[in-house]
Amino acid sequence: MNGTPLVTKVKEIIDKYNGSQERLIQILLDLQKESGQNYLPEDCIEEVSSILDMPLGKVFEVATFYSMFNNEPKGRYVIEVCKSAPCHVTGSKNVAKMFEDALNIKMGETTSDNMFTLQYSSCFGGCDVSPAIKINEIIYGNLTMEKINEIIDMYRRK
Amino acid sequence: MAKIVKLISKNCGKIIPGSVEDYVKAGGYKGLKKAMKMDPKEIIEEVKKSGLMGRGGAGYPTGKKWEQAYANSRKPEYVVCNGDEGEPGTYKDRLILSQDPLRLIEGMTIAAYVFNIKEGYIYVRGEYLDLQETINSAIKNAEEANYLGENILGSDFSFHINVVWGAGAYVCGENTALLESIEGKSGRPRKKPPFLTLVGLHQAPTLLQNVETYSNISYIVEHGGEEYHSYGTEYSGGTKLVCLSGNIAKKGVYEIPFGTPIREIIYEIGGGIPGGRNLKFVQLGGSSGACFKDEKLDTPMCYKALQDNGLKLGSGALLVIDDSNCVIDFLKCITEFFIHESCGKCTPCREGNTRLLELLDKFSKGKAEKEDIDRLCEISGLMKRASFCGLGQAATTALADCIKYMKDEFLEHVDGHCRAGVCSMSGKEER
Repeated sequence: MNGTPLVTKVKEIIDKYNGSQERLIQILLDLQKESGQNYLPEDCIEEVSSILDMPLGKVFEVATFYSMFNNEPKGRYVIEVCKSAPCHVTGSKNVAKMFEDALNIKMGETTSDNMFTLQYSSCFGGCDVSPAIKINEIIYGNLTMEKINEIIDMYRRK
Repeated sequence: MAKIVKLISKNCGKIIPGSVEDYVKAGGYKGLKKAMKMDPKEIIEEVKKSGLMGRGGAGYPTGKKWEQAYANSRKPEYVVCNGDEGEPGTYKDRLILSQDPLRLIEGMTIAAYVFNIKEGYIYVRGEYLDLQETINSAIKNAEEANYLGENILGSDFSFHINVVWGAGAYVCGENTALLESIEGKSGRPRKKPPFLTLVGLHQAPTLLQNVETYSNISYIVEHGGEEYHSYGTEYSGGTKLVCLSGNIAKKGVYEIPFGTPIREIIYEIGGGIPGGRNLKFVQLGGSSGACFKDEKLDTPMCYKALQDNGLKLGSGALLVIDDSNCVIDFLKCITEFFIHESCGKCTPCREGNTRLLELLDKFSKGKAEKEDIDRLCEISGLMKRASFCGLGQAATTALADCIKYMKDEFLEHVDGHCRAGVCSMSGKEER
């Protein structure tokens, strides 16, 4: 598993946090963002463990405990459809279906051009515009099929 | 007529978030300036008089917590803010963090002054990473204006705030799990006691409160505890940020004085239920909160009145569910949430939620028998008694209430009928 360019950036990111073991979560968040594919490659986790001088198991524990960390490559943009109760009762299933149709993939899948991953999420506080979705860090709500197509087009053009 | 009172949300949408100039112009930092001329014990006395209770969900009296921490031989060494609001339907801390972060920072600074604490942490859920810039700039601006950092306002008092981001874990809203997460570990709750005011972050005494709790402090110090208290009721001082979500016309966060009946909040402030639908039930306090029907809607929002009616304010999330929804389908959604969020440390929570979902699934497929209702109650009772932390203990609150108030619908599902037409009943023929 050698050769991911990301592995060379691990040291730089860790230095930003003064090599502190306590900042492990922040380091992994930065690394995942830097990956461009929203995940933590195994060789990077190994590198983090070696530079921070922490047992590999401890780093893996954190990298798998938190739901925002992915251990498999995702699309450049991760579309998360909230499925918690406030969005559920206002029709999150319909929104999920609309995205499945618009992107021609099923929940949990990634488009063949690696642009979008579609998945469910727990509540992220977009309840005022429910059913809500989040694309990477940005929340969108009050969705219609037309608006969904517009959003997807906008991200494709980015 | 229900009214909105803006004590802590008055700047929201009115000022540039994190701008010290704007914040001060709007009356900010008067609380801190006044506090720094007061004796710490006087400040604690005002907080006690205010009747402020922890706004994260547990509702422990803030003044009492401060008094106890102050009386300990080793005083708190860290001020920590819980900004991990993960209860579905709760987005009030997001309002403060995104619209008026300096109010939180001022509140934490006053708390730090009381205990002469040098270091503070704001822990924010990773789902709010879009607010990173706003929060960081607020801290930087406060430091530059000498309201934060070394020798605050020319005094001997120095206080620094670090921001730590979570990475998606509902359980980190539990205070001890949150500290584990600040320490860079996975967020599994610690055993209590010892309580945090004795053994907290880095094993040192720690003062930990919710975003909304700290955000009330500057108002209380500036105007006095009594004035703050007078907005609310005898048992619940001041105001509360409530979050309206679900099948309601005007979803949003509203600051209401304690004592406002839930019915007024839903129908007057929230504009009622849209689409000509009727109210089915309400869930208060997030997915771990109680469910109730119309009969209890006249209960005033007040810790005591709610408690007398078997309810808990929790985070202040008010989820409205209309009659297009099925109670079994709703409970499946809640249970799936807890399966996803259980940290896996203890068996009752880890296994219990999974078994509950299996049983609920039988109801939705028309394969359940009457005895399955008893099985749901049995598992739910066990989880409540035997789970290690509040997550597992409260995970079945909604289930227990729904069986209590809507047992007829469970029985209908046993007979193969879903009145809302939501459940598939696909296994009905197999029986």
